[in-house]
Amino acid sequence: MRRTTAVLGLMLLTALAACGERDQSTANAKRRADTPAWQSASSPYAAAGYTPGDKAALETQLRERAQAQNDYAPRK
Amino acid sequence: MARMKFICDAERCIECNGCVTACKAENNVPWGVNRRRVVTLNDGVAGERSVSVACMHCSDAPCMAVCPVDCFYRTDEGVVLHDKDVCIGCGYCSYACPFGAPQFPTNGTFGLRGKMDKCTFCAGGPEANGSDAENAKYGRNRLSEGKLPACAEMCSTKALLGGDGDVVADIFRTRVLNRGKGSEVWGWGTAYGKPASGKPGAAPGEAKKS
Repeated sequence: MRRTTAVLGLMLLTALAACGERDQSTANAKRRADTPAWQSASSPYAAAGYTPGDKAALETQLRERAQAQNDYAPRK
Repeated sequence: MARMKFICDAERCIECNGCVTACKAENNVPWGVNRRRVVTLNDGVAGERSVSVACMHCSDAPCMAVCPVDCFYRTDEGVVLHDKDVCIGCGYCSYACPFGAPQFPTNGTFGLRGKMDKCTFCAGGPEANGSDAENAKYGRNRLSEGKLPACAEMCSTKALLGGDGDVVADIFRTRVLNRGKGSEVWGWGTAYGKPASGKPGAAPGEAKKS
């Protein structure tokens, strides 16, 4: 009787083994979230005239800075 | 928010490799890894062209699609970055990328392949912006300092443009409209000026008369 119970238990464990498979979907990716570029502490290396912490200021700064690459831009 | 892009003007690139050097210096890129490189077509033949290539920060990035551990992510600025703590160094991204951007340090024992390294658009990684941990793994985070990538900002011929896609496309469009096409695009006259252009009030073609 005891042996039968043990065998049955073992068979049940084997049958259910696949049910214990861990979730492999990408929804549970362990990658960390990144802080947006504008949310940074003040840095001594920050561009002149730019104060970190303001999204609009970063956008303006990058847009103006890109014009340094434009050799057809009107001279100020 | 902007969508950051690179454009390289093949008519201007002189294969100086300044962008490659700037990138390596700015980001402490390890030996054997080149996040950016200059590709020359028809080298030594008349009409040769060079293009500076790195990660193009694709809008629908194939590296992101094939990564089995989903270590890639896209920032608000459209920059494709990855988490080196999640990367397993399998190399799938390298096969998927049409630009050969993903690089793998191979300086370990028996050519051990390390975790993937690529251009970050000088935007670091998932660690705190500007932190030492971020700097050690990904290099400098210039974007959070209000700056554009070092390679583009130091390009001496302004061949490599980097920044908001709309802005750099406008710069490039204006340039192409101004310079024309064919032999007038580049050459001695364009680089150093025509003989008459140095004289005040000299009209084009006046040099021929004198």
